[in-house]
Amino acid sequence: MAQPANRPVFAPWTDPNEKPLIQFKNVTKKFGEFTAIDDMTLNIYRKEFFALLGPSGCGKTTLMRMLAGFETPTKGTILLDGVDLAPIPPNKRATNMMFQSYALFPHLSVWDNIAFGLKRSDMPKEKIPARVEEMLRLVRLEKFAKRKPHQISGGQRQRVALARSLAKAPKLLLLDEPLGALDKKLRQDTQFELMDIQEKTGTTFVIVTHDQEEAMTVASRVAVMDHGKMIQVDTPDRIYETPNSVYVADFIGDVNIIEGTASAKGDGKVSIAWAEGQPEISATLANGVALGTKVHFAIRPEKVAISSDRPEGKANVIEGTVHDIAYLGNISTYKVEVAGGRMIKAQVANDRRIARRDISWDDKVWLSFTDTAGVVLLN
Amino acid sequence: MNFRRLFLILTPYTWLLVFFLVPFAIVFKIALSDYAISIPPYTPQLDLSAGWEGVKSFFGELDFENFTFLASDALYYSAYLSSLKIAAIATLITLLVGYPVAYGMAQSSDEWRPTLMMLVILPFWTSFLIRVYAWIGILSNEGFLNQALMGIGLIDSPLTILNTNIAVYVGIVYTYLPFMVLPIYSALEKLDGSLIEAAEDLGCSRAQAFWLVTIPLSKPGIIAGCFLVFIPALGEFVIPSLLGGSSTLMIGKVLFEEFFSNRDWPVASAVAVVLLLILIIPIILFQRNEQKQREAGL
Repeated sequence: MAQPANRPVFAPWTDPNEKPLIQFKNVTKKFGEFTAIDDMTLNIYRKEFFALLGPSGCGKTTLMRMLAGFETPTKGTILLDGVDLAPIPPNKRATNMMFQSYALFPHLSVWDNIAFGLKRSDMPKEKIPARVEEMLRLVRLEKFAKRKPHQISGGQRQRVALARSLAKAPKLLLLDEPLGALDKKLRQDTQFELMDIQEKTGTTFVIVTHDQEEAMTVASRVAVMDHGKMIQVDTPDRIYETPNSVYVADFIGDVNIIEGTASAKGDGKVSIAWAEGQPEISATLANGVALGTKVHFAIRPEKVAISSDRPEGKANVIEGTVHDIAYLGNISTYKVEVAGGRMIKAQVANDRRIARRDISWDDKVWLSFTDTAGVVLLN
Repeated sequence: MNFRRLFLILTPYTWLLVFFLVPFAIVFKIALSDYAISIPPYTPQLDLSAGWEGVKSFFGELDFENFTFLASDALYYSAYLSSLKIAAIATLITLLVGYPVAYGMAQSSDEWRPTLMMLVILPFWTSFLIRVYAWIGILSNEGFLNQALMGIGLIDSPLTILNTNIAVYVGIVYTYLPFMVLPIYSALEKLDGSLIEAAEDLGCSRAQAFWLVTIPLSKPGIIAGCFLVFIPALGEFVIPSLLGGSSTLMIGKVLFEEFFSNRDWPVASAVAVVLLLILIIPIILFQRNEQKQREAGL
């Protein structure tokens, strides 16, 4: 999506003068022998919507719990607004957390749940009702103020939890798998609602999720984690288009990964020998690469074109046979068998009615892509 | 309505009728009778051979005299009051002792819980009577407790504990502790740990989180435990008669003496009927608490 030229792009991480809100400095967290977080350094900026993405057990929840104060780092320091968090207990931190289970107090009404934190703060008593009403309006739950948590739906409970964690206007809001318990349709609506609320309140959000689509939708930056390490921290589009490793490419979205041996061709081009008797794949790599280096070539299925005639003027053309077709409604994915039994997926938008599709099972087809469509990965 | 359903419904009602309502009717009838030196020791007896006249004269002789007698003698009045006081104080002490035990059990790791649970239930394997008797050996002037205290030089002469109200409290708290611990434990065990974290996250100290979240959420367990201790403690007979002194006044003891020492069955029955009426109130409250819990789906 093209941004209007006059609109400033929100990217504080590119500005060296911008002071980060949260700084992780060589943070390590061990549980006995197990290393949950391994020597992590990370900056998160004000007003960011920062997503921690990774499979379960990668350390993302531990990272969040250290910010909330429920875990303390084994080594290293965490700074919030330049202040070391280590000696501050959870109840004194300017952070609030929205729990995966929502953790709403079952004995209190929606209203009292939202007021709970305010009553513990130094806010004058007479100002609390107004703030609670404001929060109820924000999450559109004015009518449910008197209900108990077990008398409202899952989606409403999720919004109460959000309102409760935002009520104290924290510097930093932590969201632990906030949408995990909602069904898909509601989850998508809520994602946009979350972004709206984040923009309205201007609060910095850190969200933990294992759902890559959710991370891509809501976040200004996504951190892909594995085994306690940050693999890549970048904007959603860069994570998707230019992953820095096979792990990230494979974790985010659908991808074809082709192993091969690279040889440099000069002016930022490399060619990759991937199967005997097949033309080498031509791709771009800015830094060049030593001759004979083992590389992985990653290309997204939607960037691979499929046709029944040999296309002209494309940098890469590979011949194959259609092995499988997955019809997903808006798109179709073709699994094409190429030299050496390797499968390459190609995705085509179904802009024609299915009856008029001209490619079928076992057809001989041509896959093609430009030399800038994929990325060459060294690790 | 088919036979199967009728049978299922009738079973509990028949049980109640045979084992509760009929015995109660008999006791109530004796309470309305007069003392007599005969076997059984009261009049009138229902004489069906005399026909309708016999039934009429039988009912004519029943009266509430024994209940008026209970009201006129301060002994009964103060025995009920003192029982209520002892039961209430003992319940409170049991709660204060039992809550930390239940809390500790709920906080312990999963592998320890079955063992701890076992330890709480273990005393039930020995006869209740023997266990109360054992306390005599501990609390008497020459008992283990006094010997130990004198051994470490804390006291010079033995403390008189046995045959006082203190010994009664010790006995009740000891005997009924599991009835307090188990319902509180079951309420605390269900408590979601993230609720406490949420309370702390929202600005509560540990103590505030305990007071504002843990206590309210374990309330059904506290109420259930208190009734389970209070109700049997109110009519307790064995503990006050074995551990209590002559000054310990409890209605269970009075009841026993009326029946077996005075052989005044009508007055004893009247005492029992009044005790039951007093107990009905907490029993109904207890049932309502249970019902509310079920409705809240906890």
